[in-house]
Amino acid sequence: MNDASTLAKVPRARRSKAIAAWRELKKAPWSAWFGMIVLTGYIVVALFAPLIAPYGESEVVSPGSFDVWSAQYWFGTDQLGRDILSRMIYAARNSMGIAFAATAVAFITGGLLGIVAALLRGWVDQVASRLVDAVMAIPSLIFALMVLAIFEKTEVYHIILVIGFVDATRVFRLTRAVAMNVVSLDFVEAARLRGEGTGWIVRREIIPNIMPPLLTEFGLRYCFVFLTISALSFLGLGLQPPTADWGAMVKETATLFTYARDDFQAGITPLLPAGAIALLTVSINFIVDWFLHKTSGLRDGQ
Amino acid sequence: MNQWEELQQAAFAKRISRRDFMRRATALGVSTALATGVLGRAGYAQTPKKGGKFVIGIGHGATTDSLDPATYPDQMTGIVGWGASSNSLTEMDEKGNVVGDLAESFEPSDDAKSWVFKLRKGVTFHNGKAVTANDVVASYMHHMGPDSKSAAKSILASVSEVKADGDNIVFTLSGGNADFPFYASDYHLPIMPAKDDGTVDWQSGIRTGPFSIESFDPGVGAKLKRNPNFYKDVWFDEFEVKVIADVAARTNALTSGEIHFMDRCDLKTVNLLKRNKDLEVNQVTGYGHYIFVMNTQQAPFDNPDVRNALKYAIDREEILQKVFLGYGTVGNDNPIAPSIQYAINPEPIHSYNPDMVRELLKKAGLDSLSVDLSVSDAAFSGAVDAGTLFKESAAKAGININVVREADDAYWDAVWLKKPFVASYWNGRPVQDWMFTTAYAADAAWNDTFWKNPRFNELLVAARSETDSTKRAAQYAEMQQLLHDDGGLINIVFNSYVSANSTAVAHGDLLSNWDVDGMKIASRWWFA
Amino acid sequence: MLAARDAMHPILRTVLQRLALGLLTLFIVSVVISSLVEMLPGNFAKRILGQAATPETVAAFEKEIGLDKPALERYFVWVGDVVTGEFGSSFTSRVGYQRKVADLITPRLKNTLFLASMTAVIAVPLALFLGILAALYRNSWFDRMVNSATLTTISMPEFFMAYVLMLFLAVIWQIFPSLASVDHDTPLWERIYRCTLPALTLTLVIVAHMMRMTRAAIINLLASPYIEMARLKGMSKSRVIMRHALPNAWAPIVNVIAFNLAYLIVGVVVVEVVFTYPGIGQLMVDAVRTKDMPVVQACALIFAATYILLNLTADIISIATNPRLLHPR
Repeated sequence: MNDASTLAKVPRARRSKAIAAWRELKKAPWSAWFGMIVLTGYIVVALFAPLIAPYGESEVVSPGSFDVWSAQYWFGTDQLGRDILSRMIYAARNSMGIAFAATAVAFITGGLLGIVAALLRGWVDQVASRLVDAVMAIPSLIFALMVLAIFEKTEVYHIILVIGFVDATRVFRLTRAVAMNVVSLDFVEAARLRGEGTGWIVRREIIPNIMPPLLTEFGLRYCFVFLTISALSFLGLGLQPPTADWGAMVKETATLFTYARDDFQAGITPLLPAGAIALLTVSINFIVDWFLHKTSGLRDGQ
Repeated sequence: MNQWEELQQAAFAKRISRRDFMRRATALGVSTALATGVLGRAGYAQTPKKGGKFVIGIGHGATTDSLDPATYPDQMTGIVGWGASSNSLTEMDEKGNVVGDLAESFEPSDDAKSWVFKLRKGVTFHNGKAVTANDVVASYMHHMGPDSKSAAKSILASVSEVKADGDNIVFTLSGGNADFPFYASDYHLPIMPAKDDGTVDWQSGIRTGPFSIESFDPGVGAKLKRNPNFYKDVWFDEFEVKVIADVAARTNALTSGEIHFMDRCDLKTVNLLKRNKDLEVNQVTGYGHYIFVMNTQQAPFDNPDVRNALKYAIDREEILQKVFLGYGTVGNDNPIAPSIQYAINPEPIHSYNPDMVRELLKKAGLDSLSVDLSVSDAAFSGAVDAGTLFKESAAKAGININVVREADDAYWDAVWLKKPFVASYWNGRPVQDWMFTTAYAADAAWNDTFWKNPRFNELLVAARSETDSTKRAAQYAEMQQLLHDDGGLINIVFNSYVSANSTAVAHGDLLSNWDVDGMKIASRWWFA
Repeated sequence: MLAARDAMHPILRTVLQRLALGLLTLFIVSVVISSLVEMLPGNFAKRILGQAATPETVAAFEKEIGLDKPALERYFVWVGDVVTGEFGSSFTSRVGYQRKVADLITPRLKNTLFLASMTAVIAVPLALFLGILAALYRNSWFDRMVNSATLTTISMPEFFMAYVLMLFLAVIWQIFPSLASVDHDTPLWERIYRCTLPALTLTLVIVAHMMRMTRAAIINLLASPYIEMARLKGMSKSRVIMRHALPNAWAPIVNVIAFNLAYLIVGVVVVEVVFTYPGIGQLMVDAVRTKDMPVVQACALIFAATYILLNLTADIISIATNPRLLHPR
């Protein structure tokens, strides 16, 4: 502590935050640790895909198709003779990146609109809420299907924007509700009376207070977005080839299931990308769960 | 054991008669059931027997389907609204010949400008009404005239008059056409009852065919019952079609015994399906072909050397093996399937040759070439994969192909005939004139290569009314060669129809003009 | 505190207010859907004719189904019809062959409702039961197991779970049929039998969400002072939960149930495709593909109305169980 007191004010605050965070982490249950380790692994794989993957994303490495598992091609090759392991590694980058971007779009637009609606109330709130109601009343998958069909060819950013927009409605609802509670709390009233600007109130009072539920929602939304994109691939609207994507990979190999009792390895091939999706979403959910647990646990102690 | 295997091979090669096979199998101690099964799989005609409810699962079919033959889109309506329930004037047999169906016989005039079809006697509609020549005229008029939106409109474009003459129907054509009876076998041309005002009643679904329609639920399925008064033998009592769009679900339904037949197997896994002893996998190479087409009027495809460079830059064999898993025959930029009359295999064979590509590019004055190729699985299933492989093989020969995946929904509307280099598909036609008139004549509505070759068009008209078969063969050979050397067509493969069925049902040789036993599975199959 | 007599009025007023808002939402939905369908490339005539679309056949077709008129005019004619309770005819109608949108939709909607209720009957009690148990034995191995299991099911793509169930229960052990194809004269027991696999798939999809909300809502309340008080008075844990926590936790639970029921009706396209179930989702996807505008519009209205009504019901129940929500600050 003596060392710390000699440091400048701001770094000290940061450092004590880091220490507190580390203390919290040490108390985390095994499931949260599992989630964080797996998630870190996924992120590393996604970031360094070209270094890790034994072959290229769309490189045709084998003259045949559906080669069996071997030392050369760990999970065999796909229908075009491309290495499945390499495609799964590249798919980590594509699928995770797209889902993250779409979720971020949803949170930035939906979250900001929600806070604005809660702060301003009145007609801004009414118009935004009615529009959001209308979009939410249309089944999201069908809505996404229709909007994506408008573009002559589906680009990555189309998917990100469309899914982000559809999901923004859900985020808007939540943010608005949570922010509405915070806005009416005494300390916000007090800040207002003190003459603080709207921007200050949003940054210093509202955002920190609505962060925990929103972060939790971010994890859940991310999983939903992931599943929505894979459902879109399943229904035939996905990424441009030869981009690898877990959802599309499941679809491409789905019929192999039927033969699991004759040929086990072939039968579980579609399980690999599906398992990759499931493991990631489970891990994120574990982390989110711990987060939820921690916030409600704090309240327990009060 | 060895003898039994030899015997089976003999049966599959058709070197042995049915009776001999059974005798020798019994002598080897093989059970009758097993021997009959082998015979069935080897495609021997068995003595059909009556009875049973036959259920099939089909990958096509949408809620927008109707029984109006003018807009039959695919197998689902073709099977229910034509093959099982209706008849055209003529039909195709297993060998690709045209034979009479509702017409007992047909005769051309000397110049093939007029055709007389003699109606089969004693045929009735499902409601008991006798079929007359007037019904035939009304059924044809349904597709003709300026307001027609029929898919058969183009094939009847040359018909200037249809009239009834007692039991005969007389077609007058604007130009001679020796192939007209083939046109009359089309599945858009079933005979339906005429109404008093001369229009036709397609709405009720009352037809002449082997089965009468009990219920038709678009996008879901249909139930049919045997027509006891049909003029030929029919074996099943009941026939049901289920629409099962998802191929994995279709396969599961077959393996779990809920359906007896499925069309369009998943080629990627069909080898695994073959291991199932209770199933039989059938492969029929038809007239259909999967293609890439170039707009020959647009740069850079207006240069024949560029077109030929691309024809040599595609590895058809690799695509056949990887995308279609060997189910098909590689194309040689000739749209006429080898089984069609007067078909040739033009020289030189277009196969993958990177050196030739570079040479041709140099000839065209280009160091390198970069083009966009539009693909979608709406064109044909596997088009996206085929495009991806084309890109890889062309890259090694110095051509950069940028594969653009287009939206499935608008493909035929916004991409085909609009973009300069696209994936496409033809169902094929049983005769050359029909195929050429549809897609390669300079003025054809579906001339998707925009190819306008004067010599080709001259020959097309000449061959149409030529009745001397030697001359006709020479004319068609020259046309196929022209198309091969100069056209904008890259024929990747002639595709095979791959279907699977339970060994509980049996059948004879399959028709190759359309999928699902020429769409006539209901009347041609029986329970073993 | 208001007298009970007066408290009814705010509820009624809220309901009426919500219904009016619902109508407004329906109107916005119809505008959004119409514009989207208009923006899609191609039109019904071109879609149906496919490769066979020549300019003449397309023109003849458009004239017959009225597509030659401007979009705005068609929209207002349609609104006028709907107000008088008439959904019009599908574009697939022909002269002498009317296909009323209502006739197309009714059997599909019945199928969808049947599958939804069958799933709800299994899933809702199961979710509540598991949720309460998990809250009761919080942090026990049981809680963790149920949590991990439901987390896993919620993390799987729907079609994947459908295929796995199909593999085990229809292909390897042939207990249930893999095809859920039913029609109007399928007897009830066979209908239930055929719908088992899709219902199970959907159950796995929605149970996790409802169960987790039940658990969270109860646990959240366990921290409140009045529960603390009840516990200090020596009440047993299960009694505290059933008597004190659950009644106050209804609002979020009912909300999440309503959300999932709405999902069962509007969001099951993938399951319908895999099991070939003739529900309304597939009808709408087909109609979107072919741009059969009257059918798309009618389906969208039904979906939106379902969503609005279920949410309204949930709101009413939450208000009725928690009067404090009546007076938001």
